[in-house]
Amino acid sequence: MSQSNTSQSQITSLRRQLTQNPVSQFFLKQREASIAIIGILLILYFETQTSVFLSRYNIINLFQFTAETAIIAAGEVMLLILGEIDLSVGNVYALAPFIMYFTVQDHFPIIVGILAGLLVSAFIGFLNGVVTVVLGIPSFITTLGSLYIINGLTLTISNGFPELTPGTGQIVNIMGGGSYSEMIWAVIVVFVLQFVLSRTRWGMYTFATGGNIIGAKEVGINTSLIKIGNFVIVAFLGGLSGILASFRISSIDPLAGGSTIMFSAIAGAVIGGTALNGGVGTVIGSLIGVIVLSIIKDGFTLLGISAFTFDLILGISILVAMLLNVRLQMLRKAGN
Amino acid sequence: MAEASASALRVEHISKNYGAVTALRDVSLGVKYGEALGLIGDNGAGKSTLIKIMTGYTAPTSGAIYVNEEQKHLHSVNYARSLGIETVYQDLAMISELSVFHNMFLKRELLIPRTPFLDNHRMKREAQEFLLTLGVKLPSVDVEVSKLSGGQRQAVAIARALFMNAKILLLDEPLAAMGAREGAAILELINNLKKKNVAIIMIGHNYAQVLEVCDRINLLQRGVITYDKIVSSNSMDELNDIIIREYRIDQKQAESSAAADGANIVH
Ligand SMILES: Nc1ncnc2c1ncn2[C@@H]1O[C@H](COP(=O)(O)OP(=O)(O)OP(=O)(O)O)[C@@H](O)[C@H]1O
Ligand SMILES: [Mg+2]
Repeated sequence: MSQSNTSQSQITSLRRQLTQNPVSQFFLKQREASIAIIGILLILYFETQTSVFLSRYNIINLFQFTAETAIIAAGEVMLLILGEIDLSVGNVYALAPFIMYFTVQDHFPIIVGILAGLLVSAFIGFLNGVVTVVLGIPSFITTLGSLYIINGLTLTISNGFPELTPGTGQIVNIMGGGSYSEMIWAVIVVFVLQFVLSRTRWGMYTFATGGNIIGAKEVGINTSLIKIGNFVIVAFLGGLSGILASFRISSIDPLAGGSTIMFSAIAGAVIGGTALNGGVGTVIGSLIGVIVLSIIKDGFTLLGISAFTFDLILGISILVAMLLNVRLQMLRKAGN
Repeated sequence: MAEASASALRVEHISKNYGAVTALRDVSLGVKYGEALGLIGDNGAGKSTLIKIMTGYTAPTSGAIYVNEEQKHLHSVNYARSLGIETVYQDLAMISELSVFHNMFLKRELLIPRTPFLDNHRMKREAQEFLLTLGVKLPSVDVEVSKLSGGQRQAVAIARALFMNAKILLLDEPLAAMGAREGAAILELINNLKKKNVAIIMIGHNYAQVLEVCDRINLLQRGVITYDKIVSSNSMDELNDIIIREYRIDQKQAESSAAADGANIVH
């Protein structure tokens, strides 16, 4: 009995040491920092193992892979903070460039096509939000339904065939064609949304609605508006990401994105410190989370690890990262 | 300026049903400026429901609400607030994940002039100063509310309601989690607000505390007001009598139904 008591108190004092030590204090406060360190260690590992990891070509490749997912993850963070989720965003990613394509087919300028794609994306987000909020259906179900509907729509209007991305000139370079343009877009999106989240009313109301929806309503926050608005944001970003991708690869694929990019985005957000049950999260963290995921994927590819093993290791990495996250949150609470 | 005898806030024939549950049945009450009305009653009597109707959070099934003797349709919390009604909810309506000062400024944030950005410096400073004037002691206004004690949380909720110079203040068990000293400080605060002509409705389970600040007492029982009197030296005895009588009735009912059960078993 007394033995278990001492080990208990040892654990307690260890925990106190861990949480009161200034270095660990920093990591507990700055959840993003610990993930960033893991990212840097991974880069060093892959660079020593492959010696091409930090080559210009690979970096650009990594940027492009990261950017599209990071843009979606940034929006998904807003929903996860609310305790909501959008499973359909990867399918909006596939639909938006087709809307753009058909608008241009109708002899509108490319810029109108881009705007049409973004508008339709935002509208899908609006519908997701309204169905979730007004009909009170969990967003997991709502967006699972719209995932299939949007996919069906994309396949129908495209007949299942890819198309060449329209447009020439500077706009192509700006909208994803240039080597660094996607990453620049991602950084802009992440910084703007992080600012919205931590420095504006919208962000504060998002935290409030996700943390305590009844309390938020009691102080007079229009929680329905906050929810619907964030559904619009994530779908809009899904469309933007899809359009950027279509300019990058110069073709529009009805099977692009889908659940793969959606799950990568959510995994990145969670690895970056966003809780799936709402109330906490950072957009910067999701960017770092997505970067780490991309580093792992890219590194494994360079190492020549087979695609089968790859998913296995990826899954384990995600689980470990999430566990770490939960532990860190518990330590943070105990640290007070 | 309202005349002296006019109500600041008054409800008439308020009923509220939640599906099959009747929370309030034809309730009428009012409070004047500079007066404190104590609302007491058992758990589930309908007190919080009444507060939520008067603050625009829920709509009554039927009945009318008058603010400054003018009938108002309180369609939202924000509208009720624009009429000078502030509330401390029983659940406190605090967001655990947000800091103390963000909670205090929730829905009335200060922005950096001509930008959409929160002026955290000013909110922090003003929250700190205000809590200091109320004598509320906290580690810092920067900490998350989840890290406060129950009483501290309650103090912040009260401070938030007082922050905006409410003309009508609704308090749903504001002292429930308070220590004796902190509770006494809040009671003194309420007395001061009365002198400043604020109209107050306070719910409480501790009769001594309620009687200390309130001028009138309404007792709500199963959705009906059964007692409405000015506070006097024998209020405590009267209330105790009612409670004891109620308890006896409850016991008799329990006994007779137990007897009926027994009879059934014999059959
Ligand atoms: N949102 C709701 N949905 C359904 N029933 C409700 C709801 N809110 C309250 N009720 C019911 O209405 C009745 C009155 O509840 P209320 O919260 O007003 O009681 P109260 O007098 O504040 O009690 P307490 O002293 O425990 O706080 C209860 O029977 C309760 O179950
Ligand atoms: Mg109550």
